[in-house]
Amino acid sequence: MKAQDTLLYLDGVSVSFDGFRAINNLSLVLQTGEMRAIIGPNGAGKTTMMDIITGKTKPDAGDVYFNGEVDLTRHDEAEIALLGIGRKFQKPTVFESHTVEDNLVLALSGPRSAFSALFHKQSANEAERIEDILYTIRLNGKRDWLAANLSHGQKQWLEIGMLLAQDPKLLLVDEPVAGMTDAETAETAKLLREIAKTRSVLVVEHDMHFVRELDVKVTCLHEGSVLAEGSLDFVSNDQRVIEVYLGR
Amino acid sequence: MITQWFFTHVDRRGGIVIALLVAIAFLVPLSNLLLPETSPLHIPTYLVSLIGKYLTYALLAVALDLVWGFCGILSLGHGAFFALGGYAMGMYLMRQIGPRGVYADPVLPDFMIFLNWKELPWFWYGFDNFWFAALMVVLVPGALAFGFGWLAFRSRVTGVYLSIITQALTYALLLAFFRNDMGFGGNNGLTDFKDILGFNIQAGTTRSMLFAATALFLALAVFVSSFIIRSKLGKVLVGVRDAESRMRFLGYRVDRYKLFVWTISAMMAGIAGALYVPQVGIINPSEFEPANSIEAVIWVAVGGRGTIIGPIIGAVLVNFGKTYFTAAFPEIWLFALGALFIIVTLFLPKGILGLYGSWRTKLADRAARKKDSAPPPVAAENVHLPEPQAAE
Repeated sequence: MKAQDTLLYLDGVSVSFDGFRAINNLSLVLQTGEMRAIIGPNGAGKTTMMDIITGKTKPDAGDVYFNGEVDLTRHDEAEIALLGIGRKFQKPTVFESHTVEDNLVLALSGPRSAFSALFHKQSANEAERIEDILYTIRLNGKRDWLAANLSHGQKQWLEIGMLLAQDPKLLLVDEPVAGMTDAETAETAKLLREIAKTRSVLVVEHDMHFVRELDVKVTCLHEGSVLAEGSLDFVSNDQRVIEVYLGR
Repeated sequence: MITQWFFTHVDRRGGIVIALLVAIAFLVPLSNLLLPETSPLHIPTYLVSLIGKYLTYALLAVALDLVWGFCGILSLGHGAFFALGGYAMGMYLMRQIGPRGVYADPVLPDFMIFLNWKELPWFWYGFDNFWFAALMVVLVPGALAFGFGWLAFRSRVTGVYLSIITQALTYALLLAFFRNDMGFGGNNGLTDFKDILGFNIQAGTTRSMLFAATALFLALAVFVSSFIIRSKLGKVLVGVRDAESRMRFLGYRVDRYKLFVWTISAMMAGIAGALYVPQVGIINPSEFEPANSIEAVIWVAVGGRGTIIGPIIGAVLVNFGKTYFTAAFPEIWLFALGALFIIVTLFLPKGILGLYGSWRTKLADRAARKKDSAPPPVAAENVHLPEPQAAE
């Protein structure tokens, strides 16, 4: 497959930490508009893969292309974020001493320089977008709350809202339902499916019920490379995947 | 119009403090100069200078709070910027002495004659002009902070490591300024000043004017800090303090934001030093002592970090305490200071102002409960600071 026609293209990517191969000859392709679930046991390299895509970690070898042409290994986190890749962390990471609204204001796409921020005035268009997002993430009644006072699930949603405000082409979502109640999990799956209508999403998740609800193509990682890829039923019937999950 | 513009950038508390500072900038000199000495409202000149000195410390504390309280950069070397601003002012004051020095050389300050120097070193040129010196007061600390910050923030040095480097920075400057060859008067520093802008530096009127200038600059610093903190840039800074990598993944160049606020803060500290020197009459390398910078951190912690005006309260209170204790019980002052820091860290993580804030929230809470409606978790700005973390 050619890199040109894809949104995200990883080919032969490897990275080691102190001799430990966290990612080993990993190849993965994501089409524009696609939602993909990444599963795999602990230490399979899921988070490291996200670190590589977002510029936090530089690979030792291999190609990482975004939008078919941008070499992500040559950019840092801030540049990659501006290219249109948003990232949600495993642990909800919001600005606790800011209000819900201010969290979104900071995330909203727009100029990022210090001087534009010093003299920034909110436009009507920006206010409207924030209103929309507050509604989407079901936090419109809590806009003046400090993020610190939100429940765990609400923080997860706020973080997803911040990603939406960033208006990225690709969303990387790391374990969005960890620690959520069943109702919140179902709600989150709905939310992600909604989001995936307009952008590409890469979800890392352990929770199989959740992955089933997402109903998308699944990639199983193991020891830093792709073990199996296909529908959830196909992947979960793969003998090697069963071995990896249940132990040898 | 102007008041409206003013209040979009300053909260009520900040506005009150600015108004108070402007008021004392006028009232204290008036009381000192116009009221007869027998009047109970007369403020003697020594007290004017003493309070003036405290206010320069308060200015340093406000500068430090801007980087520590709002951006999480714990500087243990802000005294360096303070001292550099002080030296720039000191050099101007030295050049003003002219032929009135002990050796009566019209150009060279006494210490250079003493060292047998024949001509003025190049870096002393221009300091006979007040405005040039005033420019250097902000430019020199600003340039040092910019260079230092550029290297440190780009390399992502944070937390304790950054604090240690700032400490090393001020210590290195301390050692450098002790050397006679540096051309800044060695361990004696610069002193014996005669006049400033043509006015006798010992005169009561001059002292009152220096006091007024200090209070006005402090008011300006409160305004500038409020302006920055209430802008979107200020929100970014707090975001960097609370979750730096999140900020980076949102596309912000965290290093540039840090560099901006760090440089502004160093310039403020430089102005504080420049106002300090004419009021105490001397600047010497001991101002670079790491202990001074650490004391400044204590002022901010005591007053309440991340509050803009808490540090003013902290600086003034702690220094009043210092003046009293070092005179009354000189041997226990350092123990008292240490104890104060421990008490504040353990029991008042948000400082005096935080205590006031939580007391107010409690009252509001009680009032709300009386009305039998759940209290909205809308919190006053900056009351809910996360616990201070030395390593963050």
